Amino acid sequence: MVDFYKFKKALLLVALFLAVLPAIAQRGDITGTVRDADDRATIPGVSIVVKGTLLGTTTDINGNFRIAVDPNTTLIFSFVGYATSEVVVQPNTSIVVDLKIEATALEEFIVIGYGVQKKSDATGSVVAIDSKSFNQGQIINPAGLVSGKIAGVQITDGGGAPGEGATIRIRGGSSLSASNDPLYVIDGVPIDNEGISGSRSPLNSINPADIETFTVLKDASATAIYGSRASNGVIIITTKKGKTGTPLKLEYNGNFSLASPVKTIDVLGADEFSRLVKERYPGYADMLGTSSTDWQNEIYQNAFGMDHVLGITGAYKMLPYRLSVGYSNQDGILKTDNTARTTINAALNPAFFNDHLKVNVNFKYANEQNQFADRGAIGASVQYDPTKPITSGTTYNPYYMNDVNDDGISDTILMPATDFGGYWAWIQSNGTDVPVEQGSSNPVALLNLREDNSNVNRIIGNVQLDYKFHFLPELRANLNLGLDQSKSSGEVKVPDYAPWVYDPLNGGGIYNYYEQEKKNELLDFYLNYNKDLTSIESNIDVMAGYSWQHFWRADSSLNGNYSRDFTIDPVRPGVYQKNFIGEPKRTYNITPNYVPTESYLVSFFGRLNYTFKERYLLTLTLRNDGTSRFSPDTRWGLFPSAAFAWRILDESFMKDVNVLSQFKLRLGWGVTGQQNINQGDYPYLPRYTRSNQNARYQLGNLFYYTMRPAGYDYNIKWEETTTLNLGLDFGFAQDRFYGSIDIYNRKTEDLINFIPVPAGTNLSNFILTNVGNLENKGFEFMLTSRIFNTSELFWEVGFNATYNQNEITKLTASDDPDYLGVETGGISGGVGNFVQMNSVGRPANSFFVFEQVYGTDGKPIQGLYVDRNGDGEITNADRYHYKKPAADFYFGISSALNYKQWDFTFSGRANFGNYVYNNVESENAVYERLYRPEGPYLGNIVSAVANTDFINPQYLSDYYIQDASFFRMDNISLSYSFPDIINGKADLRITGTVMNAFVITQYDGVDPEISGGIDNRFYPRPRTYVLGLNLQF
Amino acid sequence: MKKIFNILLLAAGLFVLITSCVKDLDTIPLDKDVVTAATVFEDPAAYKEVLAKLYAGLAVSGQDGPSGNPDISGIDEGFGQYLRGWWYHQELPTDEAVIGWNDQTIKDFHNISWGTSDVFISAMYYRIFYQISACNEYIRETSDSKLDERGVTGQLRTDVEHYRAEARFLRALSYWHAMDLFGNVPFVTENDAVGAFFPQRIERKDLFKYVVDELQAIEDKLLPPRSEYARADQAAAWALLAKVFLNAQVYAGENRYADCAAYCNKIITAGFTLHPAYRNLFLADNEQCTDEVIFAVAFDGDATRTWGGTNFIIHAAIGGSMIPADFGFGGGWGGTRTTSAFVNKFPSETGSPDKRGMFYTDGQNKEIVNIGEFTDGYAITKWRNVKSNGSGGKSLDFPDTDFPMFRMADIYLMYAEAAVNNAADINQAVVYVNEIRKRAYGNLSGNINAGQLTMDFILDERARELYWECHRRTDLIRHGKFTSSDYLWPWKGNVAEGKAMDNKYNLFPIPASDVTANPNLKQNDGY
Repeated sequence: MVDFYKFKKALLLVALFLAVLPAIAQRGDITGTVRDADDRATIPGVSIVVKGTLLGTTTDINGNFRIAVDPNTTLIFSFVGYATSEVVVQPNTSIVVDLKIEATALEEFIVIGYGVQKKSDATGSVVAIDSKSFNQGQIINPAGLVSGKIAGVQITDGGGAPGEGATIRIRGGSSLSASNDPLYVIDGVPIDNEGISGSRSPLNSINPADIETFTVLKDASATAIYGSRASNGVIIITTKKGKTGTPLKLEYNGNFSLASPVKTIDVLGADEFSRLVKERYPGYADMLGTSSTDWQNEIYQNAFGMDHVLGITGAYKMLPYRLSVGYSNQDGILKTDNTARTTINAALNPAFFNDHLKVNVNFKYANEQNQFADRGAIGASVQYDPTKPITSGTTYNPYYMNDVNDDGISDTILMPATDFGGYWAWIQSNGTDVPVEQGSSNPVALLNLREDNSNVNRIIGNVQLDYKFHFLPELRANLNLGLDQSKSSGEVKVPDYAPWVYDPLNGGGIYNYYEQEKKNELLDFYLNYNKDLTSIESNIDVMAGYSWQHFWRADSSLNGNYSRDFTIDPVRPGVYQKNFIGEPKRTYNITPNYVPTESYLVSFFGRLNYTFKERYLLTLTLRNDGTSRFSPDTRWGLFPSAAFAWRILDESFMKDVNVLSQFKLRLGWGVTGQQNINQGDYPYLPRYTRSNQNARYQLGNLFYYTMRPAGYDYNIKWEETTTLNLGLDFGFAQDRFYGSIDIYNRKTEDLINFIPVPAGTNLSNFILTNVGNLENKGFEFMLTSRIFNTSELFWEVGFNATYNQNEITKLTASDDPDYLGVETGGISGGVGNFVQMNSVGRPANSFFVFEQVYGTDGKPIQGLYVDRNGDGEITNADRYHYKKPAADFYFGISSALNYKQWDFTFSGRANFGNYVYNNVESENAVYERLYRPEGPYLGNIVSAVANTDFINPQYLSDYYIQDASFFRMDNISLSYSFPDIINGKADLRITGTVMNAFVITQYDGVDPEISGGIDNRFYPRPRTYVLGLNLQF
Repeated sequence: MKKIFNILLLAAGLFVLITSCVKDLDTIPLDKDVVTAATVFEDPAAYKEVLAKLYAGLAVSGQDGPSGNPDISGIDEGFGQYLRGWWYHQELPTDEAVIGWNDQTIKDFHNISWGTSDVFISAMYYRIFYQISACNEYIRETSDSKLDERGVTGQLRTDVEHYRAEARFLRALSYWHAMDLFGNVPFVTENDAVGAFFPQRIERKDLFKYVVDELQAIEDKLLPPRSEYARADQAAAWALLAKVFLNAQVYAGENRYADCAAYCNKIITAGFTLHPAYRNLFLADNEQCTDEVIFAVAFDGDATRTWGGTNFIIHAAIGGSMIPADFGFGGGWGGTRTTSAFVNKFPSETGSPDKRGMFYTDGQNKEIVNIGEFTDGYAITKWRNVKSNGSGGKSLDFPDTDFPMFRMADIYLMYAEAAVNNAADINQAVVYVNEIRKRAYGNLSGNINAGQLTMDFILDERARELYWECHRRTDLIRHGKFTSSDYLWPWKGNVAEGKAMDNKYNLFPIPASDVTANPNLKQNDGY
């Protein structure tokens, strides 16, 4: 403290001395404040230089400055991200300088792996979307923010459930059986995206309102720095942060939504159904009821939702901070479906020692509570007999097993008196009051008798220290310590009187409890050296680092029966008691199983950026990844990349080309890997697995748990994808039109495939091994047009187009031309039927079906197919590859129109050349489903039966492969801003949004956009109306 | 100087940090239910637990009952269960059974028109070789040198030597199935460690010799008859030897009826007889029929659950107006029935006087017009999940009923067949056959004399006694009636009146996927 006072005294002395000086030289001090022209926030650290000299100062923490000047001195104010401003000043005055944010400057910085980069220096294919351009509306899953905005990125949500996860594919999938999901890096922490038990999507733990930028690294030159996890692209999410010198700002965002079903499946009404049953199954007409129930109407609802986020941003002295709290709650359009989420997000990013040490602390907490509806109700609502009522109120009699041993006495009680919870249920028609074991269940009962809840807690946090060496400011050291931890649990209860789990002998009902803990720890360290070598007109930027990541998880679960009479022991989970009438309480002891597992990833990486003459840019990266998932012989992999970019516009010969504002050519090559092969953490180890209690075996009088040696491939390793990318970034007329074109080729080798091994050589018939090759070729185009750009009228239209072609080029170790491939695409109906086949020379997941023969009336003829191989018989050999689920072309369009206080935006997407197998029709558009002998019971069918008049199912007919090209208007939004309300202290914005406004398609089913291409029991996407409020203080 | 020291220290520190982190990559499974092959036998109990898996390979489809964590892939787990596959192959192509479902190529069985990519045939084939591979692994892990290495001595050593012989029995059993269904197959023994190689092809006659040699080699190493329920003992090996000798003409072109009779006699001498009540052999408590059953595949409503096995056999047979509860189940799967050709082998369809004719005729048509319609063709009520005292099994979904793979009636009939082929005492044979007839009729009215004991009679009697027990296809082939026009049944060859089929169908094809994967293999003739 003493020293501090001394220091202050000294400063005073100097100040006095300085104060005397101007009097002598006619000089005087000018004082002033520098502010942001937009939000009037003061800006600290602005550099102020007297023009033509080396004299200068910087603004203090409050944005103030003082400097001695001569009369008519010109001061130059400059600050990163702002346009430089020159002001002529006089001594002894005071001024306010407003700096304008440089129009393109902020966009110019993009985050890349282990660093940031100026967009103009980027050599790879990288697209960043910031919060201003995000999709509007009530969005729970962050992927929804950028849906349709980026060429080459397909985002398909899994259905209409609230908070449903989305499938993200960057430039088509590079794998067949391994994961095709990109790697997510959130504030520098690569997160584990493998799913959290009880969570609808692992990404839901990030509140979209907290996201600042969403950056997609598409080509290998950008992603290879993430090595063995980068084959399917990398998505880097950064969250909002506070800024030094900004005043406290409070922001509230509220959304209120109403989701309603758009389209349901056209099934027979009660009258038509009755008529058909009487006509086709007259012997069973007495099974018809007298009600008229629209089961789909009974299970869907208009669903309300809300979303609130309160954010505080500002800086306390040198400590910029941002804190936000969010809460959202949304019902599903399927009754009993609900998701609720609470998030807390905190970010602190102070700098110390004159910005030499920058500290970034991020903390995110999310609690997700779900109530899952039984989605079986979706299929059941299509199939359930419309002549039956929802409730019956009937009590069924006790039922005894027949007199089997001929002693004149009925045997075991099979069924005590029950009313099945009051719901109507199919009872066996042979005079017994036993519920039908198979067949569809009462859809309303399915929803109402099931309790399925989960509770998920997750934290993601990291501390990042970035130190610029005092003695060598060109060198930076960066240490990042991260933690991603979740704990979740859930419970499923179905009472024993629910007819579909009715089993009085064993208690019946369902009781499942599950718990999961996940922990993912990260340590990254890198050194970065950046130096301008002006003598040779070069800049070098070298980075080398090391990363260690540990993934640990443990699942435990217990499964048992459940009844009204059960009490779960609160002390010992897994033990419960049941009251039997007239019997003492019986205790059931179910052993919870506990399955922990872990993996490690250790990596060394480096990058060299070399810039010559500011227009020739070279990037080289190398990563050496080691994973515990593979054997010591195969666990290390080397992933290099090289890229070159040429800013042609900066060449002297382009000087006079004024129409162009950007013109850069990019060429990139790189190798990436995929280690997430969906085969657990030890696929290379010979191991033994213990059976569960239902797969024991009796030897003598004892039941033994069995131990099974598992099949394995000691040499298994990652897939490798080599990507070649050629790109062009362009801009015209001062960037009123700008965009990019990319052409790419991605070859995946050592494709992990599940193939049959020679019988007898391994401990299974199929083994996962590296055998195949796969190729994706494509073309991407993005264009942004600022049609109007004035202070009153602003209109920007973004358009993107993607063409992707996927082909399997190798599947087996030996090149047997007769090898058909690997069946995939399991469907509903029959057992074990597949409609897709992965074969060499075909796109992945191509449909594999019979060619339908049509009659003169244009209707398909049941069971008649083209004898394609001409052998006179219709056998499996006549099946052929026909179409595929992936689209050839993808388009996205978005528009933002701003006129005075009004904003009008929309965004939409189109897919062309995508086909869907209509499993709803192949299963339900057949007359034989009207009467099901295995119950027996009656079942409804879909109206499309009239198109075919099929009696029996024709699952493998190409008739059901239908063109599902579509255009979807994802989002239309109109908002009005009320600036400076409450005496100018606050701004208010009101927004009305329609999400999933309309779809244009020829496809007959409920929705043409089906991930995987098999349409069955699809949770329909609702149309959602959202009223949004944004209030800023 | 100090600066350099600091830098060196930092470098050394980083080096230690990094190398220790690199060591993190050497992980072992944390799950106590997953044990590496290197350590599994540190627990002496593991010897019997791994052996139990070899038996369970016949009964369940994976490590989670009834499904989940399957042993083999590429097929619905229930379809891929060993016994269900064996049943499909032995019953569906014959007069004894039809199935009404739309599952993939299942109708090709009764049509006798299967192809080389048939998933059901592949599943059976790979099931067999899964079982063989697992047995090989066990035999390798229980070699004398390995046991010495682990210091296994005393009672455990004695036990493990029995276990090892049982593993060899189970391997021989599966090789018998391979020989019967596929003929010329890949051949792997404990000498072929797990890895990437192409197994040699073995000809059917050489495989016959191998199976016989193996069984004779372990005959004395197995436990004496009836030592422990569901374990393969000496009687099981004798029964299997009798079975392969009976079919030696088909398998190896050799007449071995005398050997067949000799092994039948060993079983008879060991004290096996007929269980007094025929129906009890197929009920939920049939594990009590140890007087007759020589080797069974065990199922249990709680502990041993599968979508295959007797669960399939019982469930699939329930449909139409049948009351599932009478079979100890909550419902039926409405699939399997029989043809009129089979029904006609009985004096009547009412179970009188031959009580073995257990048909359900109420609402069922005797003749089949549409195989897809459950009510076309009489249903069979032989298999049930109900105990002999009338009470139900442990579960309404999964039966307790065990599957007798070898039982005494079969042995008697094998003896009789040897006798008709002049390899055993014909009078003794008549006595044995009449034992069976007496049980069936409840009196002596069904008895036959030596003159009536012909090959045709034996084939029919085997059908009446052993139907739906996975013998039929083998029996028809041995008697030359499977593909030929000598004997036609409804919908044989996919025509209502039945037709002769190509002789190639006496063997199933080697699945195309294995012909692709293993260049040493050759497709069976005609495919």
